[in-house]
Formats: sequence, C-alpha cells, structure tokens
Amino acid sequence: METIIQVRGLTKAYGQLPAVDHVSLSVKAGTVFGLLGANGSGKSTTIECILGTKKADSGEMSILSLDPQKDRRRLFQRVGVQFQECDYQPEIKVSELCEETVCLYENPADWKKLCTQFGLANKTNSAVKSLSGGERQRLFIVLALIPNPQVVFLDELTTGLDTKARRDVWKILEGLKNQEMTIFLTSHFMDEVEALCDEICILKKGHIAFYGTIMQAIKKSGCERFEDAYLALASEEVDAE
Amino acid sequence: MRSFAVLLKNELKLNIRNMNMVIFAVILPLAVLVILGFLYGTSPAAEGVGFTFLEQSIGALCTISICAGGLMGLPLVVSEYRERKILKRFKVTPISPVVLLMVEFLIYVIYSAVSLATVIPVAMLFWKVEIHGSWIAFVGSWLLTMISTLSIGMMVGGIAKNAKTASVIACVLYFPMLIFSGTTLPFEVMPETMKKTVRLFPMTQGIQLMKAAFLGVPIQNVWLPVLVMLSITVVCFSVAVKYFKWE
Repeated sequence: METIIQVRGLTKAYGQLPAVDHVSLSVKAGTVFGLLGANGSGKSTTIECILGTKKADSGEMSILSLDPQKDRRRLFQRVGVQFQECDYQPEIKVSELCEETVCLYENPADWKKLCTQFGLANKTNSAVKSLSGGERQRLFIVLALIPNPQVVFLDELTTGLDTKARRDVWKILEGLKNQEMTIFLTSHFMDEVEALCDEICILKKGHIAFYGTIMQAIKKSGCERFEDAYLALASEEVDAE
Repeated sequence: MRSFAVLLKNELKLNIRNMNMVIFAVILPLAVLVILGFLYGTSPAAEGVGFTFLEQSIGALCTISICAGGLMGLPLVVSEYRERKILKRFKVTPISPVVLLMVEFLIYVIYSAVSLATVIPVAMLFWKVEIHGSWIAFVGSWLLTMISTLSIGMMVGGIAKNAKTASVIACVLYFPMLIFSGTTLPFEVMPETMKKTVRLFPMTQGIQLMKAAFLGVPIQNVWLPVLVMLSITVVCFSVAVKYFKWE
C-alpha cells in the first residue's frame, strides 16, 4: 500500500520547552490514523508541523510525497484540513464560506451536495455563528471535503459535541473510510478511536508512548478495555509509581 | 482569476455588512462636504481668487475615505483575520498570500472610488463646484495618493502581530494624517510652522497635488511628491508581501 503521510524524527521545542521529540510515523493509503495523548502531550504541535503551519526544528515530513512548506500550494489542492481552533469571518453565511472555499481549488466537490449529505441543506443561508455545535462541526467536515482530498486531517473534531452528534460524525467518518479516503485524526474519546482507527499513536510529553493497532495496545497494557489500555499507556501516574 | 473574483465579491459583502467602512469611508466624507457647503456655500476661497472654498477643499474631502480605508480598515481587517486564525485556515489551502492581500486592497480602492464618485457630483450639483484644472491630473494624483496610503495600510496589516498592535499603529498613522494633513482641517488655515511639519506626511503631498490639479494652479516641483508617493508604495508593497505572516 502507498504511504500517504511520512514523518521521520520530528522534533520541535518552544524555547527551552520540548513539545515533540523525535516522533516518526507513517500512514498508509485508505487507513484511519489516530494521534492520541493528554492535553499538552504534543498532538496539535505534531499535526501543525506535518501540515507546515509550524516549522519543525528538525525531522522530515511529507504528505503525498510533497513537502508541506515548499510545495504548499500544490499539496493543499489534494488535502483537506479541519483545525481545532477553526475560525471564520464574523458575519459570514454557510453558503459564503462554502463558495469561498470552493473557489480556491482546481477540482472542487459540489458543496451543495455535501451540505445535503451532511444534513445542512436547510442551513446554507444561515450565519455560521448561528449554527449549533454539531452543525458547525459537520460544516467543517464539509469544508475539509470540498477539495476532493486524498487525505483529511481532523483535529479533535468531536470535542464539545453531545453523544448523538458525536455518533453522527462517526457515521460520516466511517462512510469516508469506506470510500478509501485516508484520515488522520486526533481525539480524546476512546470509543470513537476504537470504532474508527486502524492504527494509533499515543504521545506522552512529546514522546511516542505507543504505536500500533488497538488490539496491540490492549495486549501490551494487559487491560481488558481499550480505554483502560489507553490510560495505562498514556498516563503519567503509572510512570511515577 | 476565478478565486480572485469570488473572494472579492464575498469579502466586499462581508465588509459592507459590517457597516464601519460604509460610515467612515462613504458617509463621513459626504457629511463633511455638506457641513462645509452650508458654511461656505459658493463663497470664494479668498478675496480676489477665481475659485471657491469648496473647490479648494475637494481634494482633501476625497482623501477622508482613503485615510479611513488605508489606515484603519485595511490594516485592521488583515490583522483581525490573522488573530482569529482565519489566515491560518487559508494557509492550508492553495491560495497565495498575494491574492489575499490584493483582494483586501481592492475593497478599499472600491470604497475610495465610491466616495470620489459621490462627493464630487454632490458638490457640483449643490454648490456649483467646477474643475479649473484637468480631470486627468486630478484623477492621477488621487490614484497616487490612494495607492500609496493603502500600501502603508497593507504593510501594517501584513506584518502586525495581532489586531491590537495593528490598531495602535493604525491610530498613530490615522489621526494625525486625518486631522493635520489637510484632510479635515484645511491646510490654508494652519500656522506657518505647522504647515512645515505636516508637509512631511505623504498625504499632505497628495492633497496639495490634487488641489493644484483641481484648481489648475501651477505647482512647483511636481516630481518630488510623485516620487515620494511612488517610493512609499513600492517599499510598502514589497515589505507586505515579503514579510507576510499567516499566524
């Protein structure tokens, strides 16, 4: 299988404070990769270095064999991104935000179809700020899918959503997975990770604490449930004992 | 080109929805014109001169909007987009920063043009303002004033760290230029020492050029203000593009 995302020896420090330390990972085509870890473990820094919105101190990053810094404009024709702290122009409407995104790409998807598919068909004339949390997250998935991407990055997509909305988002992601799209996500919800991810990487203070499949994580930790396995592998208390 | 047109249409809509610029760049200059119109009417600028006070002020009135857009609107909108991480969202798309800056730039060109196209006809209609010089020279000096002032704003917006820094820089540039470069307070009524100081503002130069062109009075050293404004434009554009920050 083709490698879509390749990271070798990614290291980044903020001043004296190391945020990510020698992280290497690779994501194969058509798989869902989950980057996990507590708040401050370096997930967002890792994602941002991979995407080139932050500059790594050292290491090699490539997406679709392109350099995110040097080949930015070529690369992002084929990559969809949803950021955790995603924002939009204060007064913008759903239709305007979609049109504005569509016009940036050579080969965009039909945004009206996507909105219908994600249950936003009757919201296109509303202001983005008037949407509910779940609707907004679905809109951000629509935006990430507008480029007709080969790979999407979703940073804590379901944080702040209620159970029902979270389940809806899962279904959408499962659908994308069935269409062979490559997905790179971060999440704090282990049920979600268990349901969606083919491979996971658990970060602890910027180091890789675990890298493999869900089954391997459960086996390695000796726990029965994945959530316990995650806590055992990621938590610092276990370390201190 | 398609993305440029869609972005321009969209950003212009958002900008109008916000109303700030409609007030400061279109309505305010008209209001100042009306006040001056009622105060001075068709009376001559000074005894024995062949033009009215309003005719003498037209150039300055046309720069109120340039000032508002270039030194307030443009830097604030770009730095706000940076602070709200809207530019960061754009960074993970194929758009070029030059396109983004040009879209925002053009919006304020449009505001300035609308202001010009309302102030002059209203002045002509109600207070019999007439051009004594040449339209070409007047529009040319207006263009130069506008582009150089907007380029200052683009530079501030392109490199300011956040909206707060940009707004401080914008105020430092906006208010002195608005009040002292002859935009609202006529250059003629200033004391001699003050005139000497405010001559240093690029905007003062622009207004003097526009005034001379409108009134058809000869001006000494035409090339000096032209050169000053052109160099400001080139420097500011280059800095804005070269040191553009997404975040």
